[in-house]
Amino acid sequence: MKKIEAIIKPFKLDEVKEALAQQNIQGMTISEVKGFGRQKGHSELYRGAEYTVDFLPKVKIEVLVADDQAAAAADAIIAAAKTGRIGDGKLFISTVEEIIRIRTGEHGESAV
Amino acid sequence: MRRLRFVRFGLVPAVLLATAGAALAQDEGVSPEMFTVNNLWMMIAAGLVFIMHLGFATLESGLTRAKNTTNILFKNTFVPCIGILTYAFVGFNLMYPGDFNGFFGFAGFGTFPGEADVTSAYNTGYTYWTDFLFQAMFAATAATIVSGAVAERIKLGSFMLFATIFVALVYPIVGSWKWGGGWLDGLGFYDFAGSTLVHSVGGWGALAGALLLGPRIGKYTRDGRVNAIPAHNMPLATVGVFLLWLGWFGFNGGSVLNADPAAVSLTLVTTCLAASAGGIAAMFTSWGISKKPDLSMALNGILAGLVGITAGADQMAMWSAMLIGAIAGVVVVYSVILIDRIHVDDPVGAISVHLVCGVWGTLAVGIFGAKAGMAQLGYQAVGIVAYGVTTFVAALLIFAVVKAMIGLRVSPEEEIEGLDLGEHGAPAYADFQTVSSLGAHPTARMDDAGDAAYAASLKLHEAR
Repeated sequence: MKKIEAIIKPFKLDEVKEALAQQNIQGMTISEVKGFGRQKGHSELYRGAEYTVDFLPKVKIEVLVADDQAAAAADAIIAAAKTGRIGDGKLFISTVEEIIRIRTGEHGESAV
Repeated sequence: MRRLRFVRFGLVPAVLLATAGAALAQDEGVSPEMFTVNNLWMMIAAGLVFIMHLGFATLESGLTRAKNTTNILFKNTFVPCIGILTYAFVGFNLMYPGDFNGFFGFAGFGTFPGEADVTSAYNTGYTYWTDFLFQAMFAATAATIVSGAVAERIKLGSFMLFATIFVALVYPIVGSWKWGGGWLDGLGFYDFAGSTLVHSVGGWGALAGALLLGPRIGKYTRDGRVNAIPAHNMPLATVGVFLLWLGWFGFNGGSVLNADPAAVSLTLVTTCLAASAGGIAAMFTSWGISKKPDLSMALNGILAGLVGITAGADQMAMWSAMLIGAIAGVVVVYSVILIDRIHVDDPVGAISVHLVCGVWGTLAVGIFGAKAGMAQLGYQAVGIVAYGVTTFVAALLIFAVVKAMIGLRVSPEEEIEGLDLGEHGAPAYADFQTVSSLGAHPTARMDDAGDAAYAASLKLHEAR
C-alpha cells in the first residue's frame, strides 16, 4: 500500500480531484498549508511599510492507494496539477505499513 | 455650550416639574413645540455620538491583530461606561462650573437639576439632562482615542486607571476653558465641536501613551526598519470608519445645540464634504507614495477630514470644507509614515488622525470661513498650545505614575502570545488559530528588545 502526498497550487484542487476520480480513487484528505520551494514570495505593503511574505498558500493532498495503482495515480495528479510555472509543487510516494478502517476494522488492501 | 442659569440644588417631585415647566417655557421666547423639536434633535445627536463607540471598537479591533481582539474590545467597552459614570459624578460639573475663575471650577458632585432645568428655561435648545448626556458622550469619545495608540501591549489595569483619571478630570477641566465659559472662551478661541477639546486632547493622551509604552515587539528593527504588522480584519475596520462618520452627524450636527434648520443642515454638509475630501485625498496620496492605494490610509483619511472640519463646521463654505478635508487627508498619510519613522508605534494612526488633524482643524478656523483672520488665527494658536501643553503634560504624568505603581506594559511573553489569553484568558476567535506567522519574529529582523522577548517566549513554551 502506498501513500501519495502532493503539494499543489490551491486552484488546481478540483482538477486533481476529478483526475483521481477517473482513476477510481474516491477518497482523499486535504489540508491548507503554506510553503515555498523555488517560487519566491511576494512583497506586500501596509501603511507605508513594505514586507515580504515568503510562505505561499498551497494545498496538500493525501491519498492511499494499492501498490499497483500508485504510478497511475501519481501520473494523474501530476497531469492535473501542472501549469508549467514555478510553484507547481511536489509529489511524494511512501510505503504505508498498515491501513485500518475505523468503522469496520478492515485491514490492509480492503481498507484502502 | 454654556449653561445659561446657575444650577440650583435639590431634588424635585415630578409633579411640580410639569406645571413649573409649562409656565416657565412661555417666558423663554421659544414655543413648547420648538423646544421639543430642539431637544429631540439633541437627544438624537447624543445617540449618534454614542454610535461612535461602536465605530472605535470595530475600527481598532479591525486594524490590530486577532490575538488581541478581546482586549481591544474590552477597553472600548470600558471607556464609554466609565466616561458616562464619571461625567455624572464630577465631569459635567467640572466642565460647566457656572461662574468660575476661568481656569478651574467645580459645581459639585453629582447631577442636580433645578425645577426649571428640564424646561426651555435652562436652554432653548435642550434640557439639563440632554445637555448632560450629549456632553457625556463627547467625554467618552476623547478618552477612547487613546486606546488605539496603546493597543496590543498596554496592561489592561494600567489603561483603565489612566482612562478613568483622564476622562474624569483632565478632559472636563481643560474643556471648561472654552465650552464652560473659561478663559479661552473669553479670549475668542473657537472650537465648534471639539477638534481641540476632544480630538487633540485624546491625541495628546495617545501620544503620551505611545511614547511611554514603547513600540510593539518586532515593530522596529535594529537597523531602523519599520516592520508592517498588518490589520487582521479590514471589513471590521471599514465598518468602524463608516459608523464613526455616521456618529459625526450627531457630533457636529448636535454641536449647533438646537435644531435650527439653517445651522444644522449646513453643518452636516460641511462635515460630509470634509470627510469625502479627506478620503479621496488620502487615497491618492497613499497611492502616490506607496505605488498602491492603501485602504487603511483611505479610512484614516475620512476620519482626518472629519476631525479637521470639527472645529469650524458651522463656519465654512462648501469649498473651504472640501479644502480643509483634503488637506487633512494628505497630512494624515504623511503623518502616519513620519510618526512610524521616528519609531513611535501607533497601531491605528490615532495620533495622526486626532492630534495632528485636530490641530489642523483648529487652525483652519483662522484661515477659512466666517471667522478667518490673523487675530483669530492667533487665538486658535493660543488655544492649541494651552491645550497641548496642559494635556500632554497631564497625560505623561498620569502614565508615569501608573507605570511606577503597577507598570504599563504586559510581559514580552504575553505580548507575543496575545493579550486575549494573557489579560482575559479568552480568545476572541475560539475556533481559529490566531497566533499567526505573519508579522512574526524571524530573529534576523528583530532589535534587542525583540530578541529578548522571543527568547523568553521560547523558554515559556518549553516549560509547558
